[in-house]
Amino acid sequence: MSSLYQAIILDHSKHPRNCGELEHANHHGEAKNPTCGDSLSMDVLTENGLISDIRFQGQGCAISQASASFLTESVKGKSVEEALALERDDILVLLGVELSPNRLKCALLSLETLKKTLAQDSTDTV
Amino acid sequence: MKNIKRLFPIFDARPGLVYLDSAATSLTPAPIIDAVAGYYRELSANVGRGLYATAEETTVRFEEVREHTARFLSVRADEIVFTRSTTEGINLLAYILEDHIKAGDNIVVTALEHHSNFLPWKRLAKRCGAELRIVPFEKDRSIHPDTARSFVDSRTKIFAFSAISNVFGTANPVADLVRIVKDANPTILTIVDAAQAAGHTPIDVRSWDCDFLAFSGHKMFGPTGVGVLYGKSTLLAALPPYQVGGGMVLDSMADGPTYMDAPHCFEAGTPDIAAVVGLGTTIDFLDHIGIDSIHEYEAGLATLAVSALKKAFGDSIHILGLNDRRKSGIVSFTLDGIHPHDIAQILGDRDICIRAGEHCAAPLHRALSLPATARVSFSVYNTEADIEKLIEGLKEVRALFKS
Ligand SMILES: Cc1ncc(COP(=O)(O)O)c(C=O)c1O
Repeated sequence: MSSLYQAIILDHSKHPRNCGELEHANHHGEAKNPTCGDSLSMDVLTENGLISDIRFQGQGCAISQASASFLTESVKGKSVEEALALERDDILVLLGVELSPNRLKCALLSLETLKKTLAQDSTDTV
Repeated sequence: MKNIKRLFPIFDARPGLVYLDSAATSLTPAPIIDAVAGYYRELSANVGRGLYATAEETTVRFEEVREHTARFLSVRADEIVFTRSTTEGINLLAYILEDHIKAGDNIVVTALEHHSNFLPWKRLAKRCGAELRIVPFEKDRSIHPDTARSFVDSRTKIFAFSAISNVFGTANPVADLVRIVKDANPTILTIVDAAQAAGHTPIDVRSWDCDFLAFSGHKMFGPTGVGVLYGKSTLLAALPPYQVGGGMVLDSMADGPTYMDAPHCFEAGTPDIAAVVGLGTTIDFLDHIGIDSIHEYEAGLATLAVSALKKAFGDSIHILGLNDRRKSGIVSFTLDGIHPHDIAQILGDRDICIRAGEHCAAPLHRALSLPATARVSFSVYNTEADIEKLIEGLKEVRALFKS
């Protein structure tokens, strides 16, 4: 079996965590991967500088879906600052696989979306 | 085609390779690799300059390939411009035709174009204040002359379209399209993107009667780095040069420099000589196998693949393009519930090379509301065994994604 498609990645892509809309979100953002047509949108609720809830929706390959699922799980409860400091390698660690440059774009779409989402002006409730 | 696979050395280096991406670039047979290497081994001189034996021989060989290419298309040698690729040929045209387009004019393309026959026109239209019009494809996934006719008018300057779609694999009625728009407005310049047609299906430039036509060597078993732009001699003679520099100027010191005649004025600088030499051998190779046989064989494999895919995956597979309009080895499809990237990646891990994405044809995918498709394309070195391996591989993909 393809090492990229380990059970855990397949599980997250088939049953993505934090998938859907978040009604009381105070941040919303979207990003696209133009080379493959993948797109993601995220809703984030921040309170006191912490990510208290997060949801994503999108269309894409198993890697981009699984990466969004992993990433949203990992940042829930973290501070916005910590989330903004995440980098490429953090995503690769989350996914636990090596990716070719072409697939790296798929994996990093979730991080790009998250950063765009958090960059949106918002009313962080105190 | 029985023993032809043996001519492609890549199968010695990678015996298990199932190469189903010939629409992106075809594999290269030994005689053509040898011709490219032969230039470096035995000639290695620039064209049109030196007065020593190798330089003269290189120049003669280079111009022989031009004549050979002209015969291949049944046109005149001075109507053949060597370019780097289809993309460069079309960009060259968009550049030299700029003075021809005025604000309020329009340029017509189709919704099934590859980006290289779409973006140069989109940019040109924008630069000139002209309108870009896009002719939609029909249910049979080709461009119908009557529809094209309804998009042109007295302000249309250019109609650019492909002979064969690189996603649907369907053929457009080139001669009819050219005739109907010329009947409507004889001043329209017709430009044919023959990237998927050249070397795979007969090209009859004279009976198509198009004004310009572009293709790449590397999609018809030739080397990368060389393409061909055909232009009617009367038109080429009247157009300004593209890049300026060495090898194309008569008097560079004059206030308005004077340039060599076509086609040389469109070939500034040192060309990819080895690739042009290789292109000559490519045409010999095509003549030797016969374009009709290549066409029949590739389209035959595509038809077999379509039935095998439908048989194996029933309603969950969606094939783009109608079978009776398919005139190539190209088959694009989607599988329910599985992203084309995942299909291509998993098959790739098994050395089965297919393509996934938009195939540089975003307008087409947008028109069908598809984010991406998977594409297989067959050529002379493929066999029915490759179709079986493809089906097997796809079954594994599906098993992996079944929850
Ligand atoms: C229909 C069509 N036009 C143009 C091109 C561009 O060819 P090249 O990249 O060789 O310039 C391609 C190649 O993918 C094609 O399929």
